[in-house]
Amino acid sequence: MNAISALLRRELTLAMRRRGDVLTVLFFFVIVASLFPLGVGPEPKLLRLMGGGVVWVAALLAAMLSLGRLFAADYADGTLEQLILTPTPPVAWITGKILAHWLVSGVPLILMAPVLGIQFGLSGAELAVLMSSLLLGTPVLSLIGAIGAALTLGLRGGGVLVSLLVLPLYIPVLIFGAGAVDGAISGLGSEAHLSLLGGILILAFMLTPWAVAAALRISIE
Amino acid sequence: MMSGFNLYKYSSPATFYALAGRLIPWFYGAAALLGAAGLYVSFFLAPTDFQQSEAYRIIFIHVPAAWMSMFIYIVMAGWAALGLAFNTRLSFMMASALAPTGAMLTFVSLWTGALWGKPTWGAWWVWDARLTSELILFFLYLGFMALQAAIDDPRRADRAGALIALVGVVNVPIIYFSVKWWNTLHQGASVSLTKAPSMAAVMLAGMLVMALAVWMYAIAAALSRVRCIILERERNSQWVAQMLEAEE
Repeated sequence: MNAISALLRRELTLAMRRRGDVLTVLFFFVIVASLFPLGVGPEPKLLRLMGGGVVWVAALLAAMLSLGRLFAADYADGTLEQLILTPTPPVAWITGKILAHWLVSGVPLILMAPVLGIQFGLSGAELAVLMSSLLLGTPVLSLIGAIGAALTLGLRGGGVLVSLLVLPLYIPVLIFGAGAVDGAISGLGSEAHLSLLGGILILAFMLTPWAVAAALRISIE
Repeated sequence: MMSGFNLYKYSSPATFYALAGRLIPWFYGAAALLGAAGLYVSFFLAPTDFQQSEAYRIIFIHVPAAWMSMFIYIVMAGWAALGLAFNTRLSFMMASALAPTGAMLTFVSLWTGALWGKPTWGAWWVWDARLTSELILFFLYLGFMALQAAIDDPRRADRAGALIALVGVVNVPIIYFSVKWWNTLHQGASVSLTKAPSMAAVMLAGMLVMALAVWMYAIAAALSRVRCIILERERNSQWVAQMLEAEE
């Protein structure tokens, strides 16, 4: 627990010193979501139906873009090797790192999402569903993405490779996240989708740190 | 110790190379015979479907390819798990030898599905749950192969690929059900594959024989590919040098 909080503090300090990185991902999220109305036309009815899905796809891409930051810098300067050599179980500090990554790259997306939702004509209740679905879904994106980031450490073309590895695995989160907003719009209700997202989050939280630990060991040795 | 036949002997690349060489003709032969028989049944013996006329005959390629594409992914993940658990190099080589065949069969099933969909459903592609999950399976195969291709160190490539194959196989059921529910929640399924009219026994027989043929082909192709991988990895070892000398 101590190790997790120490690592969390370190990661957050590092992120605060390099605020540009955090903002870049956030603006990427905003820009991608703003491109869709320009592409499909300003028809409000259509945009309202698409809104949830577009915000979710943009969140997926933004989360993927931020994965490079997760381990790359620590790998380059040798910190990662030192972390692996510490007696602290890898699963503990990996959980801390992923948590920090989510706080830095996931939470800003959740806070920005209502602004984008309003642009797509979503109402108050629907915005609340959008935010809760992102609250449950974005940690999963960080967790699953960490596996891809760990496996592609130091590889040529790592960024594109991560997208190929990770995006297919993101599909369930996208389906249930966008489905929750859809359910709120159509009046079918979004509890089922949110419960499934919560289930995926619990499963991912239990399993992925172990996979990330194995992946890091493979990449470092 | 076991006397006489020892199965563990074949976990060594050198002995397996020879064994695979002896087995390949048999599997290719079986694939050719079963393929010929299956094609004969499917094109000459199986009756014309009264709803879909002749277009339905594409299922004799399509269904075996789809079955095998899923089966191969599971087998691949099994080899990957075996390799990670027992640290056997041959298991990793088998996993990477299976991937291209699996990806090819996934592509064949998508392609033939599109060819069948156009006359039957009137569309090359619909976002049906099965089509979508088959497409995602194709992406998973591509991710596995791309990851292995990007890593130069064979040991790391083997293990990284094995891990992503295992992560994929855990995710496949989750992806399948999410896509299925997504499809049924979005819109009423306009086309359903599940309520197929009961199939004539001859059609089923043709399909099963074709599935066996594809299975045999997949084994033969994987064994041929694993032989290449073994030679490439072991090119500096003594037994390869000796074998090449003997052949000259």
